[in-house]
Amino acid sequence: MRGFWKLTWTEVKLFLREPMAAFFTLAFPLMMLFLFGSIYGNKPTPFFGGYGSVDVSVPAYTAMIIATSGLLSLTIGMASYREQGILRRLYATPLRPQAILGAQVIVIFLMTLLGMVLLVIAGKLVYGLRFDGNPLYVLAAFVLSSMSFFALGFVLAGILPTARTAQIVAMVLCYPMIFLSGAAIPREVLPERIRQFAQVLPLSHVVTLLRGLWMGEPWGKYLWETVILATILIAGVLVSAKTFRWE
Amino acid sequence: MQKRLIVQVEHLRKAYGSTVAVDDLSFEVYEGEIFGMIGPNGAGKTTTIECIEGLRRPDSGHIRVLGLDPQHDRYALRARIGMQLQESALQDRLKVWEALDLFAALYPRSIDWRPLLEQLGLADRHSTPFAKLSGGQKQRLFVALALVNDPDVVFLDELTTGLDPQARRAMWELVREIRNRGKTVFLTTHYMEEAQRLCDRVAIMDHGHIVALDTPENLIKTLGAEYRVLFAVDGPFDPQKLSSVAGVTRVETLDERVIVYGATAEVVGEVVKALTQSGTRMRDLRTEQPTLEDVFLALTGREMRD
Repeated sequence: MRGFWKLTWTEVKLFLREPMAAFFTLAFPLMMLFLFGSIYGNKPTPFFGGYGSVDVSVPAYTAMIIATSGLLSLTIGMASYREQGILRRLYATPLRPQAILGAQVIVIFLMTLLGMVLLVIAGKLVYGLRFDGNPLYVLAAFVLSSMSFFALGFVLAGILPTARTAQIVAMVLCYPMIFLSGAAIPREVLPERIRQFAQVLPLSHVVTLLRGLWMGEPWGKYLWETVILATILIAGVLVSAKTFRWE
Repeated sequence: MQKRLIVQVEHLRKAYGSTVAVDDLSFEVYEGEIFGMIGPNGAGKTTTIECIEGLRRPDSGHIRVLGLDPQHDRYALRARIGMQLQESALQDRLKVWEALDLFAALYPRSIDWRPLLEQLGLADRHSTPFAKLSGGQKQRLFVALALVNDPDVVFLDELTTGLDPQARRAMWELVREIRNRGKTVFLTTHYMEEAQRLCDRVAIMDHGHIVALDTPENLIKTLGAEYRVLFAVDGPFDPQKLSSVAGVTRVETLDERVIVYGATAEVVGEVVKALTQSGTRMRDLRTEQPTLEDVFLALTGREMRD
């Protein structure tokens, strides 16, 4: 266990030293919050069901962080660790393979969580963010959503041959999904047809689940979203267990 | 006294698809020796060393390292061996001290890594990120990581490939020091000079087979390769004058240059004596001894390719 925690701590330090990953996970969502917050403010409006723009954006931006963590940071990180031979070097130690990958999951999860916490603190302090949900439910939904997107990231990292292709594919998948699913801009402003199409995107279910629980809706209303995210998680773990390569 | 057996390989075979990388390989490595595997790229050196390290699963054959099965007892074995791998790296922004601190924690037993930094000449690179190290420094760091668990045997796979001649010689010194600390060293290389100077015993590999295995001296001796005395003469020279000198097997002349062949090292002294006595004016005198490279060429019939 000593080796596992040392590796986890080392990877935390490395994550914070990597400007791109730290920017997209920690700084970019805050920039979005302040940009749209300064444009639209956070006055309650019937357009958002009696909530303000910031109130509905914080759970949505949380979904955005989950997507960039799982699909960008994790996919590109694992693919380049493999390509450079870092995974190979770690694999040749007495540390178990599950511990090596588990450390990566913990680090990326902690960073995703930190990204959400920064958003909530900034939203609360600057815009009087409203939260009507059960914090435990929201946290549980956050963990489920994160893990199913991390599983997707491992699948992509396993099947894409090089770090370069992983980067391109991850970006092509991630950015349109962020905008179409209502993670970056409220889905209320999107045309009906796009909203319908966006139902096939995994991230849409994260946005729906987090926004609903945030507003205090009962979890029973989101069984469909929960089943889909749990299915992605299980399928992703099973597929990546078969396809993940160490070199 | 029989030395302790460290590595035992019997009838090892490993194929990738239809390409047989290693076929029916058997050999043993004993405690305290520097054992080298030499051969061109694709000869099967890395496949062999990685099967022994437990990183690859052999198709068939029997391997024991320190009495352990590298597949079945892989984690117990990894704790007791040191590995430097080909084509591996560390995280770009990982600092030298952090790498050692991390790897020390990954092993159940490890030594204080601070003296290792000194011994490997990395003390002034203590806080340098991995990506900013030179090729030689990276290799020295990998050697340090291979030693941090105080292993019984150290595996070095093409340790000096890509290093400049100075860094390579420094690395040889380092390998000798590792052995002097009582560790067994198993290395692969495709530099003939490296194997000849460094290894106690050398296995020459070609096309997945060991074609010869012995000390470098014995390999050269059994080849029966000739010693050569080369020099240039001013003016006329009768090569027949040297044919009768003791030990000389033949004499070749090419314009003003003369090459005298002999079976033993004594021929050099005899030839020089004969030339001095006859008052022959010569210049550019040098001698060539048979090297491992000659052995390799004779056994495999081809040049070493990089």
